[in-house]
Amino acid sequence: MLLISKVETFYGNIQALRGVDVKVNSGEIVTLIGSNGAGKSTLLMTISGVNKASTGEILFDDQHIENLPPHEIVNLGISQVPEGRRIFSRLSVEDNLRLGASAYDKGKNFDTDVKDVYDLFPVLKDRLNQRGGTLSGGEQQMLAIGRAMMARPKMLLLDEPSLGIAPKLVNQIFIAIKNINKQKKVTIFLVEQNAKKALELADRGYVLVNGNVTLEGTGQDLLKNKDIQAAYLEGGGKK
Amino acid sequence: MRKNFLVSSIKDSLFTGLIALALFGPIVGLRTVAKNEVLVVSPKWFIVLVIVIVCALGRFLTNLYIYNRDQKYGIQSTVGKSITKFLDTKGTQIALSAIIFSVIFPFLPFTDRYLMDIAIMMLTYIMLGWGLNIVIGLAGLLDLGYVAFYAVGAYSYALFAIHFGWSFWICLPIAGIFAAMFGVLLGFPVLRLRGDYLAIVTLAFGEMIRILLLNWYQLTKGPDGLTGIPRPSFFGLPFKSFPEEGEQTFHTFFGLEYSPMQRIIFLYYLILVLALITNLFTIKIRRLPIGRAWEALREDEIACKSLGVNPRNTKLTAFAIGAMFGGFAGSFFATRQAFISPESFTFIESAIIVAIVVLGGMGSQTGVVLATVFLIGLIEVFRDFESYRMIAFGGAMVLIMIFRPRGILATRKPTITLHKKEVIK
Repeated sequence: MLLISKVETFYGNIQALRGVDVKVNSGEIVTLIGSNGAGKSTLLMTISGVNKASTGEILFDDQHIENLPPHEIVNLGISQVPEGRRIFSRLSVEDNLRLGASAYDKGKNFDTDVKDVYDLFPVLKDRLNQRGGTLSGGEQQMLAIGRAMMARPKMLLLDEPSLGIAPKLVNQIFIAIKNINKQKKVTIFLVEQNAKKALELADRGYVLVNGNVTLEGTGQDLLKNKDIQAAYLEGGGKK
Repeated sequence: MRKNFLVSSIKDSLFTGLIALALFGPIVGLRTVAKNEVLVVSPKWFIVLVIVIVCALGRFLTNLYIYNRDQKYGIQSTVGKSITKFLDTKGTQIALSAIIFSVIFPFLPFTDRYLMDIAIMMLTYIMLGWGLNIVIGLAGLLDLGYVAFYAVGAYSYALFAIHFGWSFWICLPIAGIFAAMFGVLLGFPVLRLRGDYLAIVTLAFGEMIRILLLNWYQLTKGPDGLTGIPRPSFFGLPFKSFPEEGEQTFHTFFGLEYSPMQRIIFLYYLILVLALITNLFTIKIRRLPIGRAWEALREDEIACKSLGVNPRNTKLTAFAIGAMFGGFAGSFFATRQAFISPESFTFIESAIIVAIVVLGGMGSQTGVVLATVFLIGLIEVFRDFESYRMIAFGGAMVLIMIFRPRGILATRKPTITLHKKEVIK
């Protein structure tokens, strides 16, 4: 479904991605783990078109998207939940959701689509008239995911959904991600620092180090991998 | 803590006194007088001393009573809260009564020509403020050159009306379209700019338009200005005291005595309707996808991109639509004055409009009205004391910034409320 080959992305003179190859099949949950500054968010931003790849190809459903502007990529069916949620804090929760829908169909199916979001995150229904900025971190993340789902994506890009959120809510959000994948048949590409949780959830995973993919495999294989345990999973490094 | 605070605020006010001395010392204190055909400096140190003491004392008092964090509810928050609460609960009634008042205003017993002129001027500024509010308040693009669109509207109206003899109602939309085109023209080069940099470019754009008008003599008659701009007619019925043979005029058609007030009243209603259309448009568009996209763009551009909002088109439409209303106001200005010259479109006009929007509380429609009445009204009240007008104007801004640093009406109502009405805090 998504095929990334030899992608390189720069910030000015600094190279963030050094020839990344990643493949995501339809219906999968694929996760990308790596430390701070490895280039995880850059890769997501490059897929969604906010950052541009200087070389390499990105194919989505056999269509080149590496040179498309972000709004056209969203219209093709790739929605992004950006890092740090980036909800519109002075707009109401409902406006936030409507903004997610506007790309897809100018909000014509808002009423039906918003019900799906309520099924995923019932708490948003009670918060509809509240300003986005008054929600808790976890609720904001739910809103960000819900907002992205309003565009009826075929594929959802999630950037660190567990960042700065109470552990109890992290579980809820991961369950929701699984539901989105299984019930709504949305392909998931998940970037996480919480490697254990992400690998448990994912069908397959990639490890990104300094802008290069160094390891790939099924989620279970990567969980058992000694190097990964040492580098990313708690306790592994002490032995 | 208490004592520390006192010491620090005394220090702070002494420092303010120093700044005031540095500023007013040369400006006020050193006055040049011509004596025996020679310029001599005659110092006015006493006045400087008074100003410095006033500044230091004022700073000390504001420190004690307004910025004092020990007082849980300072003047600042109580005044603000009561205003906001009042408008939250009675907002619709106030708006309605204001509209009704403006409709019957021309027929009130105390209304004279002078008051009507002020009212027309205020309404023009309110309309400009509402138009600029689309750009600044909704889309968050600080535009310091808004007067350029006002000028484009005025000149395109005047040129079309003079050279082609087209009526007001044809020229008005044309002027709006021209202004909108100039909005897009400004919008394109500044798409990547934000904040201060955007403000600088828009400021320069405003000056460019003025200088262009000043120097393109063949078209605009430069500093001489355009004269003889046709007055608007009442749907084809002109306002004339002596109609030509067989010509219907407003007063003959309605069988009235001719009075110059008739045209003034018509102009008043014209600008009232135009301003209300601007307001209605803004209120409505905030609920449409494009209006929501403007507000989202103001909040977070990256999030907008990742949601599939096209930032280029969104910004350009904001510039274009804001400019269009500026153009409408401009053509009204041209038809009212019957004479326009580049002097009417200087930077100070832009500054006043921006001040109205910012002091009103960015994005607040009612705030624009309050700020206009306050600022323009103040300028008018002090018209008899010519030399003190600017002091009053500056003082008013300082007071608003002290008591309502985020504008008179800083809190905005939610764009839409579902189910039941809840107050968003």
